[in-house]
Amino acid sequence: MVMAKNKSDNKDNKIRFETRDLNVFYGDKQALFDVNLQILENNVTSLIGPSGCGKSTFLKCLNRMNDMVSICRIDGQIILDGHNIYDKNVDVVLLREKVGMVFQKPNPFPKSIYENVAYGPKIHGIASNKDDFDEIVENSLKKAGLWKEVKDRLNDSAIGLSGGQQQRLCIARTIAINPEVVLMDEPCSALDPIATAIIEDLIDELKENFTIVIVTHSMQQAARISDRTAFFHMGKIVETGKTGDIFTNPKLKQTQDYITGRFG
Amino acid sequence: MTNSENPYIVRKDNPAHKRLLKRKAKEVRFQSYGIISIAIASLFLLTLLTTIVTEGTGAFFKTEIKLSILFDEEIIAPNGDTSIEALAKINYVKIVRNSLKELFPDVKKRKELRRLYGLMSNASELKVRAMVEADPSIIGTRSEIWLPASSDIDMLMKGNISRDIEEKLRRVKDNQIAWVDKIALEGNLRCKFNTEFFTNGDSREPEQAGILGAMIGSFFVILVCIGVAMPLGVGTAIYLQEFAPKNKFTDIIEVNINNLAAVPSIVYGLLGLAVFLNFFGMPRSSAMVGGFALSLLVLPTIVITTRNALAAVPPSIRDAAIGLGASPMQTVMHHVVPLAMPGIMTGVILSIARAIGETAPLLMIGMVAFVADVPSSISDPSTALPVQIYLWFDSPEIGFKEKTSAAIMVLLAFLIVANAVAVYLRNKFERKW
Repeated sequence: MVMAKNKSDNKDNKIRFETRDLNVFYGDKQALFDVNLQILENNVTSLIGPSGCGKSTFLKCLNRMNDMVSICRIDGQIILDGHNIYDKNVDVVLLREKVGMVFQKPNPFPKSIYENVAYGPKIHGIASNKDDFDEIVENSLKKAGLWKEVKDRLNDSAIGLSGGQQQRLCIARTIAINPEVVLMDEPCSALDPIATAIIEDLIDELKENFTIVIVTHSMQQAARISDRTAFFHMGKIVETGKTGDIFTNPKLKQTQDYITGRFG
Repeated sequence: MTNSENPYIVRKDNPAHKRLLKRKAKEVRFQSYGIISIAIASLFLLTLLTTIVTEGTGAFFKTEIKLSILFDEEIIAPNGDTSIEALAKINYVKIVRNSLKELFPDVKKRKELRRLYGLMSNASELKVRAMVEADPSIIGTRSEIWLPASSDIDMLMKGNISRDIEEKLRRVKDNQIAWVDKIALEGNLRCKFNTEFFTNGDSREPEQAGILGAMIGSFFVILVCIGVAMPLGVGTAIYLQEFAPKNKFTDIIEVNINNLAAVPSIVYGLLGLAVFLNFFGMPRSSAMVGGFALSLLVLPTIVITTRNALAAVPPSIRDAAIGLGASPMQTVMHHVVPLAMPGIMTGVILSIARAIGETAPLLMIGMVAFVADVPSSISDPSTALPVQIYLWFDSPEIGFKEKTSAAIMVLLAFLIVANAVAVYLRNKFERKW
C-alpha cells in the first residue's frame, strides 16, 4: 500500500492492531463478517457507518469488552504488536491496561475527581505513594485539558462536572494508566458543539502519544480528526484507507453515497 | 394579533366539549378513589393507634400507697443477727401486714384481714426487704414509705374495674374500696410513673411484670439474626447477581429463593425446631435459636432486595471499571456494591424490622415460655417482644390488658426506630450518577 501525504506522515508508522478474518456472533446472529483491518501507531483511525453496522462491536473486540456479553462468540484473530489478544492465556486485565476505552456516555465514577483519575493507577500498582499519585493525576488532567478547570476542586464529586468536562475526565482516567491504544466509542455524541471541539482538539494532541481508534457518526468529525477511516456496512468493511482519500475520492459508490448523506 | 376567540378555551358549541368533559370527569373520579382509599387507610391506622394508646398508657403508671412501716426488730432479727444470710431468710410480709393492721385496727376477722392484705402488692415486701438489706441500721426504726398497691387496686384506681357493678361479680370488694378511699382521702395514695415496667422481666403479678426481659430477648434475637442473615444474604446476592453463570442450575436457585420468600413464617419455626433444637441440640427457648430461625425467614427477602439494588447500578459504571482493567471482583467491590449500599441497607433493615415483629417461628422453638429473668446472653432462655404481647394477651388477669397494649407500643417504637434508621441510611449513602 502506498501512503500518500496525510495529516501525519504515516509512512514510518508501524502496525499496532491487525485483525485477521474477524467474525463476531451474538448468539445466532453474526455481527461482523471477515473483517480485516490494520490500525497504525500514532494515528487516529475512525470507524464510520450506519447504526448497527458493527463498528462498535469491532471496537469492543479490540480490548475484549465483548467478553462481558455471555452470548458473544469470536472467530479469527486480533493481533496486537504481533500477539493474538484472543489467545487462551491472555490476561484481559493486562490487555485493558494497554488498550484503554472511552465510552459514548460520560461515565465517571460517583467519586471525587481525584479518585476517578487515581483509580486505574491504584489497581494496576502504577503508583505507590501520594506524590506519585498527585503527579499522575495532574499530568493526566493536563493532557486531557481539564487541569485548569478542576485543579482547585479535585476532591469534589465528578458528578458535579458538566457533560463535556465529565467526558474529558473519562479520557484523563483512561490515559492515567498510560495505555498505548485508546478506543473511543462515539465520545462526543452526548456533547454540545463546543465541548465536542475541545475533545477533538484533545484527540489531535493525544495522538502524539497514543494510538486512537474512534467510532463516530459524524462525517465531519471523522474528516476533521482522523488519519485513516474504515467504512463499515452490514458487518463488513466496505472501504478503508486514508481519510483524505475516502472523503474526497472514494473508490466505491456505496461509500460516496454514505459520506455525502444519501443513505445511512 | 387577531381578535378571534381563543381556540384553547372549549365552548359548549364545540364538538369536542362533551368528550373533554367526559375525560376530565374520569380523571377526577380516579383521583377521588385514591383520596378515599387514603382516608380509609388513615382512619384504620388512627383507630388502631388510638385504641392501643388509650388502653396502654395506664401501664406506664402505677398506684402506690404510703404506709408507716416499722422495721420490727423482733421479726427481722429475732436473735440480733443482721448478716446478709440471716436477713435473706426472713419473711418480710409480716412487716407490711402489721403496718396495714395498724392503719385499720378495726379489721379483725380473718376473711377481712385477707382482703386488707390484698391491697398491697407482693412487690411491697420485696421493697422492704431490699431496704433492710441495703441498710441494716434501719432495723428498729419507723418510716413512711411508698409501696406498690396490688394489681386489683391499681385497676380500680385507673377505672379499669368499675365500682358500679355488683360486689359479687367484682374482684375488688366494697370494704376494700372503702379502705382505699380512706387512704386516698388522707393523701397517702398516688399514681406514679412505672419505671419497673422498663426494668423488670416478666412476672405472674401484673403490677410487677416488666418488658425489659422481652426487649433484651428481642435485641439478642435481632443481633443473631443480623449476624447470620446479613453476610449470608448479601453474599449470596452478590454472587448470584454478579458472578454466577446463567444456567439451569442458577435459574432453579433463583426460582427457589423467590418461592422461599413466600413460605409462611411458622414453617421456618418448624424447620428451626427440627434442625437447631433436635439435630444440633442448641439451647431451647434461647435468643440464639430464635435468631437463627428468623434469619432463615429473612434470608430470601435480603437476597432479593440486594439483587435488585445491585441490578439498579447502571452498567456504564461496570463498563468504566472493566475498561480500566479492573478485575470482576474489583469492579463489584469498589464500585457496584458501594453504589448499591443504600438499597442493600434499606432491604436488610426492613427485613430485620419484619423479623422483630415475627411471632410464629419463636413459638415453635420455645421462646413462648414464661421467663421471669432478664436474659444475660444469647443462650439464656428468653422471650421476645411479640411473644410477650401474645403471652400477656393470653393472661386472664385484667392487669395484663393494659400491659399488652403498652408492649405493643414498645414494639411499635422499635419498628419506627428501625424504619427511621433505614430512611436515614438510604439518604446518607444515596449518590447520584
